[in-house]
Amino acid sequence: MPLTSQEIQKIASLAKLDLSSGQEEKMLQQINAFFEIVEQIKSVDTSSIAPLSHPLATVQEVSLRLRDDQVSETNQRELNQKSAPKLGKGLFLVPKVIES
Amino acid sequence: MQELHNMSLQGLALAIKNRTVSARETSEHFLARAKAHASLKPALNPLQTADHLTPATTSCGAFVSFNEEFTLNLADQSDQRISKGQARSLEGVPIAHKDIFVTRDFPTTAGSKMLEGYCSPFDATVVSLLQQEGMINLGKLNCDEFAMGSSNENSAWGPVKNPWDVSRVAGGSSGGSAAAVALRLCPAATGTDTGGSIRQPASFCGVTGIKPTYGRASRYGMIAYASSLDQAGPMAQSAEDCALLLSAMCGPDLDRDSTSLDVPKEDFSRHLNDSIQGLRIGLPKEFFSDGLHADVRTCIDLALDEFKALGAQLVPIELPKTELSIPVYYILAPAEASSNLSRFDGVKFGFRAKAYKDLDDLYRKTRTEGFGEEVKKRIMIGTYVLSHGYYDAYYLQAQKIRRMISNDFQEAFKTCDVIAGPVTPQVAWKLGEQINDPVANYLADIFTLPASLAGLPAMSIPCGFGASSMPVGLQMIGNYFQESKLLNAAHQFQLSTDWHKKALRGTT
Amino acid sequence: MNSPLIQGYEVVIGFETHTQLTTQSKIFSRASIAFGSEANTQACAVDLALPGTLPVMNRQAVERAIEFGLAVGAHVSPSSVFARKNYFYPDLPKGYQISQFEIPVVQGGEVEFFLGQEKKVVRLVRAHLEEDAGKSLHEDFVDQSGIDLNRAGTPLLEIVTEPDMRSSAEAVAYAKELHKIVTWIGICDGNMQEGSFRCDANVSIRRPGEPLGTRREIKNLNSFKFMQQAIDFEVLWQIEQLEEGHKIIQSTVLFNPETGETKAMRTKEDSADYRYFPDPDLPALIIEQAWVDHVRSNMAELPRAMAARFVKDYGIPEYDAITLTQTQAMSHYFEQVAKISGQAKMASNWVMGELSRRLNAAHLGFEACPLDALTLAAMLSRISDATLSNNAAKVVLEELWAKPLEGQTPLSLVDSVIELKGLKQINDTKALEQIIDTVLAANADQIEQIKAGKDKAFNALIGQVMKASQGKANPKDVNDLMRSKIAAL
Repeated sequence: MPLTSQEIQKIASLAKLDLSSGQEEKMLQQINAFFEIVEQIKSVDTSSIAPLSHPLATVQEVSLRLRDDQVSETNQRELNQKSAPKLGKGLFLVPKVIES
Repeated sequence: MQELHNMSLQGLALAIKNRTVSARETSEHFLARAKAHASLKPALNPLQTADHLTPATTSCGAFVSFNEEFTLNLADQSDQRISKGQARSLEGVPIAHKDIFVTRDFPTTAGSKMLEGYCSPFDATVVSLLQQEGMINLGKLNCDEFAMGSSNENSAWGPVKNPWDVSRVAGGSSGGSAAAVALRLCPAATGTDTGGSIRQPASFCGVTGIKPTYGRASRYGMIAYASSLDQAGPMAQSAEDCALLLSAMCGPDLDRDSTSLDVPKEDFSRHLNDSIQGLRIGLPKEFFSDGLHADVRTCIDLALDEFKALGAQLVPIELPKTELSIPVYYILAPAEASSNLSRFDGVKFGFRAKAYKDLDDLYRKTRTEGFGEEVKKRIMIGTYVLSHGYYDAYYLQAQKIRRMISNDFQEAFKTCDVIAGPVTPQVAWKLGEQINDPVANYLADIFTLPASLAGLPAMSIPCGFGASSMPVGLQMIGNYFQESKLLNAAHQFQLSTDWHKKALRGTT
Repeated sequence: MNSPLIQGYEVVIGFETHTQLTTQSKIFSRASIAFGSEANTQACAVDLALPGTLPVMNRQAVERAIEFGLAVGAHVSPSSVFARKNYFYPDLPKGYQISQFEIPVVQGGEVEFFLGQEKKVVRLVRAHLEEDAGKSLHEDFVDQSGIDLNRAGTPLLEIVTEPDMRSSAEAVAYAKELHKIVTWIGICDGNMQEGSFRCDANVSIRRPGEPLGTRREIKNLNSFKFMQQAIDFEVLWQIEQLEEGHKIIQSTVLFNPETGETKAMRTKEDSADYRYFPDPDLPALIIEQAWVDHVRSNMAELPRAMAARFVKDYGIPEYDAITLTQTQAMSHYFEQVAKISGQAKMASNWVMGELSRRLNAAHLGFEACPLDALTLAAMLSRISDATLSNNAAKVVLEELWAKPLEGQTPLSLVDSVIELKGLKQINDTKALEQIIDTVLAANADQIEQIKAGKDKAFNALIGQVMKASQGKANPKDVNDLMRSKIAAL
């Protein structure tokens, strides 16, 4: 089902992307063209099928591995923050977060 | 002695071990070749001591970054080990890594402005494993941004041109890796395959590449595109070389990757020389439909004839859901990607927009300016299919059909040992030709997507030249954990054919 | 259920409580979760969401969830799924939180507690595992916030109730009971100042019999006092809105302790679409019955069961039993004293009363009580055999507090203190009679009034006798003797 301009804007907002009106037009066109292909999945009868989240689950038991509760990470702040855009006193700086 | 760049991995390893040539000389040799093919738009490299490389006009755009000092240091260390008789299996043999694998000693950009100059504090597991075999890291290879694309035209560092015809695409997303091997800039390269990103560029560039069973190679340190589909794999001149590399790259990474399978490391070379007499090769009728261009079909048919001559049996099979793999993949992959890419927000690392008025604006500007168009489009698609009200109809439905596609394969494998067919419907198209018609791009993935969705091992081997004398690849798909069978079949084919040895002008 | 109405409205409250679990490392990474470290020194690559990092699950966090499920009589799901909750916020490094959505690890369960004398039961919907976010600091920076990701990845168990509560008092009582449970079984340290136990209250109002009203969620209540204040304010605010003809809009609100008011947050979390989907990096969590059984067999007796046992075995009132099972340490202490002294009710009174007072003032728990249980038991046995009066016992307690045994038996220590202080109760009736006779003689004018029923005068005479005996007279004997003597006059 074709998306409207309003829906595109809402999705862009959720994804934190800005679309200029020209880009929005193009995006709308391409996504709607894409969805024409996608629509065909709706007619497939999957009523007796369970979703597949891990590709190998069809052939073997795939379950979450649990690790021992050990601390093995040391303080690597400097290394980890090497590519940080903006730092202050070891903290990552962002525009003030308003919470009220 | 052959030119270094035409030697097999084993040949190189032996020559270096026997000190016919030093590791340093080898690395210098390949570095010189590689530097002639730096990316067409240079990326910032804070680790490079020299100035930015200006790409030669004849560059195909394969390499994004170098760290000569590091590379030659590593080579020297290899030479030292050799002099002490401590050579490891691939000691001193150079390799280059797709810029989707994080590396401590080279920046990692994933082909994106979002990560320009990003320095990872750790190496990807796959990179470490290859280094532990003694391989020397030559540099990082160009790729479609965040591994999204089938032409390597989506990179912030410019496209990768197909070495066989520089007006054409190299394929994607591992275009840099394929081109580098084709041009013999390095004897081997790593790539990643999510929907065909190793197989397709391998096919377009006339090299060999393999994607293992999902979960065999660790994803730790591999920048995530679609988590349930991404897999690392090698690209090289031959199946024999790929087998060596794959054996090093695969193995459980239980401490760091929860999707890594707890299956022991395997020597994928051990069955290379088995006879393939009686091997049943399944041919899906859906892979030989009208969409397949005649020139590609001809090459595939000839290759299949060769297999028959080697004693294999061709068996007709069906993979009825083949066409559905396109919408299914293009729902699941963008959905996972849209979430995986949320971490790129200008806060902890990577690009941050210069001007913004508040937090929301910071996010929007950073992501709008940092990401390329194809990435943004897939994030939009992914966000949409996961959004409230659509999850069941799209995402959940796609996961169910995914199981059906997987079941199709299991059914097919009841009557055959491996499945064969084309990699793509056509040879490499011209640069810029399909960039405005992404849907056409998506449709061209039809043959590689099914094996990705099922998590099956699959490879591409050169099998001829099609229209405009462009390379054509034969795809082979195996059942789970059957990599050595695939490699065996490929190796036997490569023993009696020489498509994989066809060198480009100027490489011998 | 009889709910107290406020201006004719019924109050409906449900709670979501985030408890930080007592593990060493984070839920998905191997960094430490210790509180108070310098910013970003405990945020490893995985916590920072550096490209290429992946989550690996901490077994201990799962075990904590199982322990909780068993403690509240819930169903521990044999298979549960981790899902991504997608939204953008600086303290959320991946741009999504790994949580559980459709299939949580713990399902159902209930929490029982007393509100005054009335027993209440609050049903739990679920409890699920998830990771905590980092912190934003605003003070030091102009127009900017500093993000500290040390806390990002700390394991949380989010405990969700049905909207079963009907008053702020009930809600606080629930929260206190939940706090007791999680600290009792040791899955959470309960330190509310450090943010180990954070409650969100969903509050709505309706006229009795009507469907549920629109709720507003008061976030991050980390003190019981504020919880009550916040809910009370919110209820009155909602009533005022409805009375004035406005509708309540579903929103998230914050409580301001300084103004005592709740106010809607400007961030539009309410219209947020979290796009939950199963995390492809984490296969399903399988919990075998054997593991659950193993955990169950190793768990300490739970407070409710222990309280029931106290009532049955020691004959103390239910209220006492609930109070004594506030913490494991307190209950163990009480039980030791009760067993050894054989005086359960007396032990209960002293433990709930004098000892709790002293320990609270010193900010200590019963595990660190300066008065050894055996010594207290000895003292109680001296009260029960009338050597010591209750009042005199308080003096003895003061003396015994923090006094080491030094090779003596508890009983001999107690006796030595009684001897030292000369507090031995006068039980000798002859001696008592003498004192009473003296007092009566000195107050002959009061006798007629006492006979007429004036209790105040009677008590005054008792007081004089106690004073004359330096508090050592057995008060009961004094009382009885005084009465019979006056009656005979």
